[in-house]
Amino acid sequence: MTMLELYGQSFNSRMLLGTARYPSPSKLAKAVQASKTEIVTVSLRREAGSSYAGEKFWDLIKSLNITILPNTAGCYSAREAVTTAQMAREIFQTDWIKLEVIGDSESLHPDTAGLVEAARILSADGFKVFPYTTEDLVVAGKLMDTGCEVLMPWGAPIGTARGLNNEYGLRTLRSRFETIPIIIDAGIGLPSHAARAMELGSDAVLLNTAVARAENPVTMAEAFAEGIRAGRKAYLSGPMQPSDMPQTSTSLIDKADLRE
Amino acid sequence: MSEVAIIGAGVAGLTCACELVDRKIDICIYEQTMRLGEGSCSWFAGGMLAPYCERDTAEHEVMLSGMVAKKWWQEHITEVTQNGSLVLALPRDRNELKRLSRLGKQCHWVDQQEIATIEPGLSDFSGPGLLFPDEAHLNPRKALQDLVHYLEMRNVSIQFNQAVTIEDLDAKVILDCRGYNSHHDLGGIRGVKGEMMILRTEDISLSRPVRLLHPRQPIYIVPRINHQYMLGATLIENNERTRFSVRSMLDLLNSAVLLSSSFGEAEIIELGVDIRPAFDDNVPRLYRKDNVIFVNGLYRHGFLLGPSLAIQAADAVVNSDSWGKLPQCA
Repeated sequence: MTMLELYGQSFNSRMLLGTARYPSPSKLAKAVQASKTEIVTVSLRREAGSSYAGEKFWDLIKSLNITILPNTAGCYSAREAVTTAQMAREIFQTDWIKLEVIGDSESLHPDTAGLVEAARILSADGFKVFPYTTEDLVVAGKLMDTGCEVLMPWGAPIGTARGLNNEYGLRTLRSRFETIPIIIDAGIGLPSHAARAMELGSDAVLLNTAVARAENPVTMAEAFAEGIRAGRKAYLSGPMQPSDMPQTSTSLIDKADLRE
Repeated sequence: MSEVAIIGAGVAGLTCACELVDRKIDICIYEQTMRLGEGSCSWFAGGMLAPYCERDTAEHEVMLSGMVAKKWWQEHITEVTQNGSLVLALPRDRNELKRLSRLGKQCHWVDQQEIATIEPGLSDFSGPGLLFPDEAHLNPRKALQDLVHYLEMRNVSIQFNQAVTIEDLDAKVILDCRGYNSHHDLGGIRGVKGEMMILRTEDISLSRPVRLLHPRQPIYIVPRINHQYMLGATLIENNERTRFSVRSMLDLLNSAVLLSSSFGEAEIIELGVDIRPAFDDNVPRLYRKDNVIFVNGLYRHGFLLGPSLAIQAADAVVNSDSWGKLPQCA
């Protein structure tokens, strides 16, 4: 299968995993390994503290030897997100940033206006921005204009495990931005949700809580990896179209005649 | 020369000391600080003996090892309160309770009316909740003092202000119970920052630990004497031992007020910050190296898992088979 291309880098795995809320760092490491994930997101707001040197948790993440995508989770304004991104660049030595600007503290909806503003500042500053957005087509266009080369629309609000709330919107986004990598981020609860996202032609899926809070995060991570691979393969294989009428898969002519 | 020297008089060191004394082994205890609790993260513990509730975030083996705790503490200290634990969630987070009821098992559902009956102070909280009737709690500071008294009654006293190293001691066996301070001698230990506070209010009365499962800032409130309540605790992947942050305080207090608005007028009488020593899997264990046993990685379960580790350590001291089975540290 073709590889996932993000800002000039190629990846075999189309699963991105968040690093929060695992029972322990070792469970996180095992989940990453079991799923063969090649990109993990890390939030640094709370973990920041006064110093970073020798932090065991970061050492562990770095020791996984995979790409780190820092995020600005928990930022409520463009300015806050920009500052956090700059901190992340220093700490993780990467210009990749998953940009989250939250507009509502209860529902955690993205603030798309603040997002576009922050994306403009960060892209101009040389960042490779991964914007966490809604399925809104116009916002996506504006993010492209600021220099984003990836889109990360939500499946559903963060942590809800509801799957894809608006398939129609995501399909529209896919067809409108045919060549832009689209990563479905947030709201994924089950491997079938992730598979569905991939069947729609998304390029990758990012999830966290569905794995971290599973009773067995390691096997759940594996299950998601399988779902994502299945969905991708199905998309590439050209699924049949649904029909209103039943269609037999065998010929009717040779059917046995059961009349007495 | 004592048979066993223990370094560190936190919950790990003192539970090991009692367990060894119970087996008539001659011990001595060295503590680098001047007085009990100083410099030990045990001083800031919640003191919940809640193996089933902890299953929310901890491994199954934590639950199993924690099941011996209640009995052990009842045998060694004056006051273990067995009133169970109550776990609540806001209506929108109810699925968190379902998850815990499946994992923790030893609980039953209580509706708003039942909550008001067992905990009248929470009658405004719109249930449901989970009651874990077999769980217990203690006051960690009182419990540590009680252990010291237990040891003194058996002619063992703690040598305070003694910053000894492994090399300084010539005991037959050394138990290294220094928590995070062992990290130079024991690989794989990290610090996990925790912030807690003690509140005082007469506007509410609670008779058991109450937890609020909140996806962003879960809290527990443990009643202490004199209208005091221990509110904890943050879990931050950082080995910073000081600095109570504004964000943590906002999160903890916000959750406390969500539980009961009565905490709004409470007085904040103490703020505590320290780090918990933890291995990568957040499960404590023993390691041996020459004549040293490291008792470490108690994470947020010092009072819950201290007894189980102390029993294992004492077994290893008296029984060469148990000794041989301990993993060796690299």
